[in-house]
Amino acid sequence: MRRLFILLPPMLWLLLLVAAPLGILGLIAFAEAGPGVPPFIPPLGWAGGPVWQGSSESIGTLLADPYYLEAFLRSLLTAFVTAALCLLLAYPMALGIAGARPPWRIPLLLLVLLPFWTGFLPRLGAWIGLLRDGGWVNGMLGAMGIGPLRLLYSDLALYLGMVHAYLPFAVLPLATALMRRDLALEEAAADLGAGPWVVFRSVTLPLSLPAAASAFLLVFIPAAGEFVIPELLGPPEAQLVGRVLWGEFFQNRDWPLAAGLALALLVLLLPPILLFQRLGRRG
Amino acid sequence: MALLTVQGLAKRFGVARALDGLDLEVRPGEFLALLGGSGSGKSTLLRLVAGFEQPDAGRILLEGADLAGLPPHRRPVSMMFQSYALFPHLSVFDNVAYGLRREGVARAETAQRVAEALAMVGLEALGGRKPQQLSGGQRQRVALVRALVKRPRLLLLDEPLAALDAGLRERTGFELRALQRRTGAGFVMVTHDQAEALALADRIAVLEAGRLAQCGPPAELYERPATRFVARFLGAANVLEGRVAADGAVEAAGCRLLLPHGRAPGEILAVALRPERIRLLPGAPPAANGAAGVLRDLAYRGDAWMALVALPDGTELRVALPAGAAPPELGSPVALGWAAEALVPLAG
Amino acid sequence: MKRLGLAFGLLFLWAPILLMVVYAFSADRIPFQWGGFSLRWFAALAANERMREAALLSLRIAAGAATLATLLGGLAGWALARFGPFRGRALLGALAGAPLVLPEVVTGLSLLLLFVLGQGAAEAVFGWAPGRGAATILLAHVTIGLAYVAVVVQARLAALDPSLEEAAADLGAGPFTTFRTVTLPLIAPSLAAGWLLAFTLSLDDVVVASFVSGPAGTTLPMLVFSALKIGLTPEVNALAALFLALAALFVGAAGLFLARRANGAG
Repeated sequence: MRRLFILLPPMLWLLLLVAAPLGILGLIAFAEAGPGVPPFIPPLGWAGGPVWQGSSESIGTLLADPYYLEAFLRSLLTAFVTAALCLLLAYPMALGIAGARPPWRIPLLLLVLLPFWTGFLPRLGAWIGLLRDGGWVNGMLGAMGIGPLRLLYSDLALYLGMVHAYLPFAVLPLATALMRRDLALEEAAADLGAGPWVVFRSVTLPLSLPAAASAFLLVFIPAAGEFVIPELLGPPEAQLVGRVLWGEFFQNRDWPLAAGLALALLVLLLPPILLFQRLGRRG
Repeated sequence: MALLTVQGLAKRFGVARALDGLDLEVRPGEFLALLGGSGSGKSTLLRLVAGFEQPDAGRILLEGADLAGLPPHRRPVSMMFQSYALFPHLSVFDNVAYGLRREGVARAETAQRVAEALAMVGLEALGGRKPQQLSGGQRQRVALVRALVKRPRLLLLDEPLAALDAGLRERTGFELRALQRRTGAGFVMVTHDQAEALALADRIAVLEAGRLAQCGPPAELYERPATRFVARFLGAANVLEGRVAADGAVEAAGCRLLLPHGRAPGEILAVALRPERIRLLPGAPPAANGAAGVLRDLAYRGDAWMALVALPDGTELRVALPAGAAPPELGSPVALGWAAEALVPLAG
Repeated sequence: MKRLGLAFGLLFLWAPILLMVVYAFSADRIPFQWGGFSLRWFAALAANERMREAALLSLRIAAGAATLATLLGGLAGWALARFGPFRGRALLGALAGAPLVLPEVVTGLSLLLLFVLGQGAAEAVFGWAPGRGAATILLAHVTIGLAYVAVVVQARLAALDPSLEEAAADLGAGPFTTFRTVTLPLIAPSLAAGWLLAFTLSLDDVVVASFVSGPAGTTLPMLVFSALKIGLTPEVNALAALFLALAALFVGAAGLFLARRANGAG
């Protein structure tokens, strides 16, 4: 009885605000767009009984128009490059944190995580101020006789913003795993004749691979659906799924198509999400 | 009346039988050690008595009253946990006072009883500390008085010395014993360490696979083990097995064992023989209760040499040699002998 | 090598933020241009009615969402950690974990569709439906925060030594007293961390809020986002500096508190 009182509130909340919305999303993806508020005809109608009046037109459009396929490919590529860059930067940082003397580890880790608390948009604002045409970086380059360069609204700006935003997510799992590692294993390897680089390559690195995979996916999954960073920093032609979905929804008011895009993104991200959860259970 | 009576207690976890029809009695004011290997069911017994698990069958009586159906917080027994389970968010004082506050003891009396309890183990100055600021030995004593301050008639101790350094273990064991005498509470201590059980307990109950193998005073268990398991577990006795010949002697490992009391011919019998009851003889071994062998290995134990002697049939006997004399060379032939009284017939 | 990597990473993370803070005190109308020390943009920020209103709305939503999320997420975490295998456990786990991994645009769009259909149903039944705005944003943010709190609380409960609660029971504490005097104090830090996380996520969210909000509800991030689409203004720059100062103050205080506790705890 007491268990029911504990279980019921969150269960009902989640059924109503997670399960139901996703179900509706799947349904609306098969609705027919039309004028009015809301701008679609519900796929399930009522005329003395339930009537199917949906269409697979939106899904058809998604599959037929290369614009959408390109958006998906570009999103996956962007997310992949972002995650790889984050991992490349985060690994030495995590090693540095784990290798610091114990009283320094938590403060250093906080120093990595603190930017997360300074707000997502203010940080993007900083990049806009730095990279725009007459901005700080161009000012510095100009003083050296270079430029001015077109930096903002470019792939460079996009990746700088993405890596800057997601880097803390990559450092955290790596640093925790490396801090917890058994140093005796590395000492044993050294004792058996391995030099520092061989120790790293043959012991440290392989043992931290699950954490590295977690870190990669922790960046890849949200980055694939990212909307704000490409919108504020990226080039106009960088039409990633998040942006395309936003555009279909807010500008074209084609809700079924937006729902179809969301559904497709969900299906695409399902394998990495499941992999991530498996890694989480094991770690 | 017995303080604690356990009758036919059974408990299984899935397919594993932790307890399999256990009968046991604890007398008032007694220090009983529950001795057994891992998986023998000794910790399960403690958790059943404390009320953390429910038995599948059997009864647990405290001073004749059945404890069945009583939740842990209503049972008049206290437990000291192996991990100590000190509340990390409370000070030493508040940890010890916790049980008294649950009983609704008045504030002034609580303060006084906690102070007395802490003084009893020499921790009166550390009441304001958090458990994490104490050494392992200090934590152990806080856990002990936290359980004792409620003046329970029965205290359950789950491996109370296991987490301590070897140097601290013996001294703490003496303290435990003194505290038990002083409070007069019945102590039931779970341990896997036979030396600990022999040193501290009034009686030892040896558990094997969820059943009672033997229960009695330490000397009795040591000198007259009832089963092969008890003989090996306590003091690692040699166990020889053979058939009783027509003249009543047991023929085992190529020797003739003459027991103080004759046995029926034809019976298969296991006999325990403690290493320290075997002597090295200068000449040839006697025809009965003796053997010739070859010294295989030697280990210095400080107070004795533990020798491994191989008999002609390949059986190896553990023999304790006095440390004073120089032991024979490795590989040299030796003659062994023992008294008939040293041979203890085993039931199982 | 390791230290160099760490130093480079920290520089990359912090340089843009610190430069932004420095230039927040510049008098120049163009951000990231030094025009002498001035507090004029902070004054302008304080005088900006729309910003103030949006900030107030955001703070109210964040505080409410974090509190509700902590309550519901705490219950969910408890059920996941303590109820053993029960029917619906896998469903609860999957639903509580979903907001952590769903892309923001998917969460936002799906919640909006629910709210729109809900409004339609309410109108059909009652002839009137509440508008979208602060309330719908709150519902969305509670859902996201709940997921984070549930994970944090579940992990803490799973790591708790079960003999602590047994010891309390053994010393005479009934189930409720055990919860009040032992379990709750021990999971309080994770509840606080969960609340803080839910609060921050709510205060930082543009995408979900933009989807589920109506004309009445403009949060601070929504306002800042529309400003940044045109470009960085010195006011936004000052706002960022303010944010950083608050965050640093908060983390500093929390760090001090934790350090004192850790020292007190040996």
